[in-house]
Amino acid sequence: MAYGTKAREWYQSEIAGLKGAGLLKEERYIRSPQDAEIDVEYPAGAAPKHVINLCANNYLGLSSHPEVVEAARKGLDARGYGMSSVRFICGTQDIHRDLERRLTAFLGTEDTLLFPSCMDANAGVFEAILSEQDVTIADRLIHASLVDGIRLCKAMQDSYKHSDMGHLEEKLQLHQDKRFRMIVTDGVFSMDGDLAKLDEIVALAEKYDAMVCVDDSHSTGFIGKTGRGTHEHCGVVGKIDVITTTLGKAMGGASGGCVSGRKELVEMCRQRARPYLFSNTVAPVIVAGAIKVLDILCQSTDRRDKLEWNAAYWRKLLVDAGFDVKKGDSPIVPVMLYNAKLAQDVARDLFAEGIYVVGFFFPVVPKGQARIRTQLSAAHEKAHLDRAIAAFVKVGKKYDILGKDKNAIIQQYGL
Amino acid sequence: MDDLTKVILDYVKREYIEEGDDREVGLDTPLISGGIVDSFSMVSLKRFVEKKYAIQIPDADATPAAFDSVKKIAELVRRFQQVHV
Repeated sequence: MAYGTKAREWYQSEIAGLKGAGLLKEERYIRSPQDAEIDVEYPAGAAPKHVINLCANNYLGLSSHPEVVEAARKGLDARGYGMSSVRFICGTQDIHRDLERRLTAFLGTEDTLLFPSCMDANAGVFEAILSEQDVTIADRLIHASLVDGIRLCKAMQDSYKHSDMGHLEEKLQLHQDKRFRMIVTDGVFSMDGDLAKLDEIVALAEKYDAMVCVDDSHSTGFIGKTGRGTHEHCGVVGKIDVITTTLGKAMGGASGGCVSGRKELVEMCRQRARPYLFSNTVAPVIVAGAIKVLDILCQSTDRRDKLEWNAAYWRKLLVDAGFDVKKGDSPIVPVMLYNAKLAQDVARDLFAEGIYVVGFFFPVVPKGQARIRTQLSAAHEKAHLDRAIAAFVKVGKKYDILGKDKNAIIQQYGL
Repeated sequence: MDDLTKVILDYVKREYIEEGDDREVGLDTPLISGGIVDSFSMVSLKRFVEKKYAIQIPDADATPAAFDSVKKIAELVRRFQQVHV
């Protein structure tokens, strides 16, 4: 009796506690391919509802693109379904190395190593390249996977206030006696949608002899004039020592991630990064699809240009309607509601109106910062956004939040 | 309040209280158990006092409990200042 009554009841009470606090996460079953419009079964057992999707990381609309699907299908035929191996035993095909070379060229780095996900890349990279003689100095709003990766390495851990360059400089001064300093940041911050000041970060890194690591998962493929990422937007291509990113968002959205950067650091990951060493290779079908995604992105910037237009248009619609929107230049447009229950209620009502969004609240965002994170896609047409804003305005009027700032919303609904 | 305590209090406020955060920090405010300082950023607090007061606090003494309030940090610093006098 390894799993007895005592254990079962304890876990049941934990889950009940989450449910009682309104913090229980529920999955919605999508009964169509990922796209701007999808069929969602929610709650479980309900008839599928056709809705506009405003919460996918499908930034470039490539998740179900016919050319990507066809390339994946051909990859399946040519290289099989699985490899049944980690990379260094018998899990590396020619197409894995092809994709790594293509990503290196696309990102403007020296070398690239694929991981099963960017979560795995972040979990492995720091332990592979840093030791107790070193220090990581991380933005306080970095993604949870970077936090986990930093905690797994032996380097001293420090942080700086979100995008506060003065604070970062103080920390670089404080740690001048360490062997290596590594600044760690997201490129685009996933919850707020703002961009790291990579030009200023690189300047500080050069001044204080530090390396820079950027998780560009919410940027690769569309930020910057040709979609290379935040480093292109900030004019520092070739100056970022480690880029981690994902194939699971704009780049086709299936799965897979990578560490890309200085060739010695990438080689250290090949030798030491535990998620690379001890988990399976990226499936051939995904590799083949990702290579096609890079073909599409290198042919034209039409998709990232359309996404940029959509994001600006949607942001303007929300602001003009009187919603409290976080400032930013990315296709992540958070509508601030502050109160967790309000965020859930608004999301539920929007779903009833045919708009699929999700309320985010603690612990995904800080307490008192509940919001609905809307995300744009190149798959959205103007008509989608016009329909969506009509629904947002209808629900916003119901809850009397239009034209109200943070203090007014908190006064009305509390935190 | 003596100078040492004031320096630590000012540092804690500047380092850990974000703009718009209306939490008050006093000498006895629980910093780590109160969620103001997380384990991720406790290191800079330790390094700050070590460098400022030219002391070395062994890891065995740099416990979350010893860093849990401005008053306790000041006591810790004084203890190691005396050791090195």
